[in-house]
Amino acid sequence: MSTIYHWPLLSLLTWLPVGGGVLVMLVGDSRASLARWLALALALAAFGLSVPLYLGFDAGSAALQFQEHASWVPSLHADYHLGVDGIALPLIMLTTFSTVLVLIAGWTVIEKRPSQYFAAFLIMEGLMVGVFSAADALLFYVFWEAMLIPMFIIIGIWGGARRVYATIKFFLYTFLGSVLMLVALIYLYLKAGSYDLDSFYKLPLTLHEQMLIFLAFFAAFAVKVPMVPVHTWLPDAHVEAPTGGSVILAAIMLKMGGYGFLRFSLPITPDASRELDWLVIGLSLLAVVYIGLVALAQTDMKKLIAYSSIAHMGFVTLGCFVGFEIVAMTGSSQGATLGLSGAMVQMISHGLVSGALFLCVGVLYDRLHTREIGAYGGVINTMPVFGAFMVLFAMANAGLPGTSGFVGEFLVVLASFRANFWYAFLAATTLILGAAYTLWLVKRVVFGEVANEGVAGLKDLNGREALVLGILAVAVLALGVYPKPLTDVMEPTLQHLVQLMSVSKA
Amino acid sequence: MTNSITALDFTLIRPEMFLLAATCLVLIADLFITDRHRQLSYFASLLTLGVTAVLVAATPGEPHRVFHGMFVSDGVARLLKLVTCGTVAAVFLYSRDYLIKRGLFRGEYFVLALFACFGIFIMASAGSLLTMYLGIELLALSQYSLVAFDRDSPVAAESAMKYFVLGAIASGALLYGISIIYGVTGTFDLAELAMRVDVIAANKVGLLFGLAFLMAGIGFKFGAVPFHMWIPDVYHGAPTSVTLFLGAAPKLAYFALALRVLAEGLGNAVLAWQDMLVVLALLSIAVGNVVAVAQTNLKRMLAYSTISNVGFILLGILAGTPFGYRAALFYTIAYVIMALGSFAMIVLLSRKGFEADRIEDFRGLAQKHPWFAWMMLFLMVSTAGVPPFVGFFAKLYVIQAILSVGLTWLAIAAVLFSVVGAFYYLRIVKVMFFDAPTEEVTVNPGLGIRVLLSLNALGVLALGIFNSSLVETISKAFR
Repeated sequence: MSTIYHWPLLSLLTWLPVGGGVLVMLVGDSRASLARWLALALALAAFGLSVPLYLGFDAGSAALQFQEHASWVPSLHADYHLGVDGIALPLIMLTTFSTVLVLIAGWTVIEKRPSQYFAAFLIMEGLMVGVFSAADALLFYVFWEAMLIPMFIIIGIWGGARRVYATIKFFLYTFLGSVLMLVALIYLYLKAGSYDLDSFYKLPLTLHEQMLIFLAFFAAFAVKVPMVPVHTWLPDAHVEAPTGGSVILAAIMLKMGGYGFLRFSLPITPDASRELDWLVIGLSLLAVVYIGLVALAQTDMKKLIAYSSIAHMGFVTLGCFVGFEIVAMTGSSQGATLGLSGAMVQMISHGLVSGALFLCVGVLYDRLHTREIGAYGGVINTMPVFGAFMVLFAMANAGLPGTSGFVGEFLVVLASFRANFWYAFLAATTLILGAAYTLWLVKRVVFGEVANEGVAGLKDLNGREALVLGILAVAVLALGVYPKPLTDVMEPTLQHLVQLMSVSKA
Repeated sequence: MTNSITALDFTLIRPEMFLLAATCLVLIADLFITDRHRQLSYFASLLTLGVTAVLVAATPGEPHRVFHGMFVSDGVARLLKLVTCGTVAAVFLYSRDYLIKRGLFRGEYFVLALFACFGIFIMASAGSLLTMYLGIELLALSQYSLVAFDRDSPVAAESAMKYFVLGAIASGALLYGISIIYGVTGTFDLAELAMRVDVIAANKVGLLFGLAFLMAGIGFKFGAVPFHMWIPDVYHGAPTSVTLFLGAAPKLAYFALALRVLAEGLGNAVLAWQDMLVVLALLSIAVGNVVAVAQTNLKRMLAYSTISNVGFILLGILAGTPFGYRAALFYTIAYVIMALGSFAMIVLLSRKGFEADRIEDFRGLAQKHPWFAWMMLFLMVSTAGVPPFVGFFAKLYVIQAILSVGLTWLAIAAVLFSVVGAFYYLRIVKVMFFDAPTEEVTVNPGLGIRVLLSLNALGVLALGIFNSSLVETISKAFR
């Protein structure tokens, strides 16, 4: 067993799904069943390989682990350098975990070109693991951008009525943000002489330089998170994407924005982050309050969950940046770690909960082919098991104690209190707004009298759907009751990050 | 520089001598072949290119200036010539079926293309402004005739006429610029020029005057805005197999033109021509990308895409640093490979009496022929500059080059316009993957073209991931 820790696990996790995806595509639609099983086997293998990554991870260290280093573009000093730390590890686990569920969820639902569908998700899985494990900025950028292609295809082929508009908007928004980041990365490379992230961390930069680099990074990550006012691609993309696409978008792609802040903005431009924290905190609170209100007004279930995602991701960015205010107020960096762990837990939890909610909507959509809230009502009467799951995930989304949703929100609100009462006050409104829009959604869809014949004819979950939702329910509850395995893993890394943040580079 | 012509001089021009002799041989032999045996000309042309490539590869990489400095043999010239041979050979392979189906399978096509190839060789090795001009004219005249090569097509004839008239004006401007520079410096020799430009810095106005005309000529040849008007009409009007040629190989020659004249000859006047190139490059990237969005014809769209890509090549050159020139060469080679593949897709989908050059002709390709839809996707996203394809690294190197000389605003403008560009490349992907197929979508059954196109598109991916091999080759050539 111990020999497995010497395998190039990260490379395997990246290239096994990518290569496997190509293989699945070559199997073709004529042998769809073989393609499905092959895809599932590969996804399970990838998940299986991510387990020793967790087991073999030394939670006491902030250093990059499972490092792999090979020369890639020698003339640029850009290397094939992979490694995980406490920030990347949970996100990689989330990626391999979600992909398995998404593949099972799409098992029979996808009838159009199934082998390409499964292949696209596998390829995307590999690229996303690449994003989270790249320790070289150029390698990171390559994975970050390459991932847009499979997602573009997924929304465009298997999406809803306005899929072409949604997918092009999605692509161009993210591309626009990313190219500015590219310019910043090249600038950093020219100063540091290498694309290695570590050399970027050590690079002294004037405040003026940091400001510009921060803004370039901000363009990339804010679009991805997404933050107000560049969030408008998300409701479109979420609504039009097939269920699996929405799940991956919500569960993992949005996390890349948060990951980017933690991996790039905070440690590379700490002074600019401190100077401009008001901008991020302001936009985060705006997302929490304003987008929360917007979510209340939605009549489309997927759109409502999409807006709820933006509001929840506001918590992540708030948690990332509130630390600077805490240091300014109290002079100690204790609370900063609190905000960061809150942000991390919130990312993982939101990945599970929003993914689960999108799957719930997918279950209903597969049966009645509408996402309108008004078309449902009293679903619990015909689908009791589904109703129970939906209520559980809605509670988690509203941040009920005992579910994973509570832990992250609580930590961030707690950290905000140390910084400023009003931050905490505004952030805490989510406990009301979040409860309002999710519970109202549940009330209108799940409870009440059977609304129409369509609902009366609904069949409850089949075994496959129950399996997927059941696994997610266990994960949500486990993380809510006992988040320690997660927080332990990331603690040293976050403390190290706080150190990097608090040392001025100017 | 030696004053006598030695045996070495002739050793170094062996590829050119062979290419010229073999081309003339094909030209004459073709007259005596009946249409039934026309394949012989085709194979003879391919053989000519093959042998020429071998001879080029055998020339030494060290720089030599021979024939009183008129002819330069160095690593860059060698690399450019090798890529040219490969490109022209690929053009021939792609074009064969297309020409046969249209009754255009005639020896002239191959002979003209070989003469153009010879022109490119001369430009790549030009050691003086006069040699350069000879190469330019040889290439240009071959291209005019190639465009008009389908005699019965009025559109092609009109395009050729337009190209010829505008091209003649540009050649005139270029020649006028050359004569002024000669008047100011007293030399045609580029190495000599490099030394004298420093000395006569006092006479700056005259030099700038000549430079402006020179720049107009270079801009026209490249098709940089505002000298781009001919590009869409000519690309659109010419038979696709000719567009394939025009879009790819000559870019290598124009790179040589810019490199030899601006970087080597006028390297000391870099500040004078940098500003001019900034304008040309920025306008090209902006106009090319924005106007391409409005096109419904794929050949026209690719023509505007060429214009924007030329802007990026110029960005590398205007940096005026060794790294910038290398980046520009990387971009040029990457672009040639991508353009070759993109135009070849049109050839692949065309059949007798049907030119698949409208964007809607690609509708639903992913359902009928998923493999080639993916190949086209590779080519399109690569040209859009999405990693891990070679087009991304080309842009990366060019942007690094201009950032390193402090032109940050230009880098930001360039990448923002490339986002606009991404839109129209994505539209092709959209049409292929998201739209329902029309009845007609068929793919050329020829095995050769299928394999070559697949290799071409996969090469775009492989050269992206393993771009350091190309980088190394280019660095070695410049040494």
